[in-house]
Order: sequence, then structure tokens, then C-alpha cells
Amino acid sequence: MKYIMPALICAVLLLALSRKKPAYELFIEGAADGLKMLKSVLPPMIAIMSSVYMARASGAFDLLVGFVSRFTDKIGMSGELIPLALIRPLSGSGSMGIFTDILNRCGADSAVGKAASVMYGSTETTFYCLCVYFSRTRVKNTLKAVPYAVFGDIVSVVCAVLITSLF
Amino acid sequence: MNYIWCAMVLVSFVCAAANGTVNETAAAIAEGAAAAIETVLSFAGIMCFWCGIMRVAEDAGAVAALQKIISPVTKFLFPRANDEARRYISLNVTANVLGLGNAATPAGIRAMEALDKTNAEPSKPSYEMCMFLVLNTTSFQLVPTTIMSLRAAAGGDAAAVIAPVWITSAVSVAAAVTAVKLFCKNGGARSKL
Repeated sequence: MKYIMPALICAVLLLALSRKKPAYELFIEGAADGLKMLKSVLPPMIAIMSSVYMARASGAFDLLVGFVSRFTDKIGMSGELIPLALIRPLSGSGSMGIFTDILNRCGADSAVGKAASVMYGSTETTFYCLCVYFSRTRVKNTLKAVPYAVFGDIVSVVCAVLITSLF
Repeated sequence: MNYIWCAMVLVSFVCAAANGTVNETAAAIAEGAAAAIETVLSFAGIMCFWCGIMRVAEDAGAVAALQKIISPVTKFLFPRANDEARRYISLNVTANVLGLGNAATPAGIRAMEALDKTNAEPSKPSYEMCMFLVLNTTSFQLVPTTIMSLRAAAGGDAAAVIAPVWITSAVSVAAAVTAVKLFCKNGGARSKL
């Protein structure tokens, strides 16, 4: 597993060299785009993380987790993952805030941290996609497409929990 | 999102009043905000690094190469889509697989527009549109750069989850694609071809 990352980076750079592309200049360009992305992510992160911290400090979080974990315990899903599963389809930066909170508290290499990583990595901001992609079409009844997308999300969450218990 | 966020804050304060944790909750605002800044700063470097690498990959021809590989897949999933739609679809899927969000979205919107033109029942999403949507929402990504950056920033093994992410993505893509194939009967292009 530890070779994936180095192999990928080397492959990209070798490909660029073999095609005589200015790898360094392109890298700088891409990294600048990354900065722009980070700038747009920061304000929503502040909003979400402060409200998550509030929910935890006040006890509201325990209330929600206590309620939903009655169902999720059956597939061996930790209550910690529930807020992530709920926010993920709605907001990219919001779920990023919740995800990093899980990593910081439970540890990235803990079972919960790994399950959260897989969950976050294999899902998308479903409802955002739905709005953006149908925005320029004549489709009025976009709701008909929702069940398929939500079904995919549910499969991702369940599979993420199951697979991290194997690895 | 608007309502969710407001509800989170309001419910927190209600619970705080009920549990007698008002002081802790008020203090948590500052803690959370500080944690947000710390988190973003801690993964900013590695995130930009990956954005840079992916920009190099894009320009070095990784997009074109992958597009060729996935063209049989798009033919199978979108048998009735026209050339224009299929071109944008494959560009979008390729960009998603490589994690190039900025390239994926514009291509995705164009693909939907192209599919819209051949939709026999314009008010409802066609089979092709549903299929295209689930390909995007189940998100198969070759290098999950965001997670890897965040995991590295949190002091974990960045690459440990790559294989589980691949498997989970593959399972959810297959499940959602099958669901659309089985249950979505509104064949968009049928009446026009």
C-alpha cells in the first residue's frame, strides 16, 4: 500500500517529462488553484465546526446519536459516523468539517477514522450535484432521480462500515 | 443547508439550557472556529501539492488516455446518447476519476444539456440523465486526494484507505447503475432516433 502514492507521483512526472510538458510550471498553476479552493472552503468550515462543537458541548449531539444508533448498531456502525452520513449528501465543506473533527478526536487510523475516510471518499454531495447538473435542463421533476442517487449513498455508507471491519 | 445549520445552533442552545451547559456551549463556538482554521492550515500544504500534481497529470495527457479506456463503458451505460453527449460524459467521468473537480462540473453541465435536447419527456429526467447523475454522485476517484491530505494532516497513514475506498466506490457505483438500469424506464432518446 505504501507504494501507491510515490508510484503515482513518479508516474505523473515521468509522463510529463516524456511529453516535454513544463511540469514545474503546471504544478505551480495547480497549487495556486488549490489555494483558491482552500480559501472558499474556510468560511463554511468555520460555520460547521463551531456548530458541531456547540452541539457536542451542549449534549444535543448525544441526543441525536442515541436516537439513530438504535438502527445503526445493527450493522455495527459507530454513532460517531452518523452526523457525517447525514451531512455528506448536502454539503461538501460541511462534511469536511465533520470528517476532520472525527479524525482529530478518534484518530485517523482508528476503526472509526478509517470508516469515516472510506465513507467520505466514496460519496459525493448528492443534492448539490442534483441542483447544479439539472440547472440548465428543462427537467422540472428532478425528484424522480433522487432515489437512485440516495440508494447509491446508502450502499456506500453500509459498505464503508463493513469493509473497514475487514481491513 | 441553511435550515440545518440554523437548527444545529438553535437546538444546541436549547439543549444547553436544558442540560445546564450554557457556558460550555458558548465556549465551544470559539473552540470550533479555532479548530476550523487549524485544520484548514494543517492540510493546506499537502492539498495544494496534490492539486499541483493533478494539474501536471491533466496536461500530460492522463485525461485523454483515460477517456479512451472508459469509452466502452460509456457506450454500455449510454447506448442511446448521441456523440456530443457521450463526449461530455466521458470527459466528466474522466475528470471525476482523476479528482479534477474543476474540470468535471462544467463538462457535467454540458453533458446534461446535451441529454436534455434528446429527452422525449422534457419535464422528467430520462434514463440517461439518471444514469449520468448516479455516476457523479457515487464518485469513483482514483486518487482520493482530499482524504489523503486530511488523513496526513491528522497524523494518520494517508494511503491506508485507498483500496477500501476503491472497493466501496465500485460497489456503490455498481449498485446505483444497476438500480437505474432496472427501474428507470424513461428512455430519453428513444422517440427521437
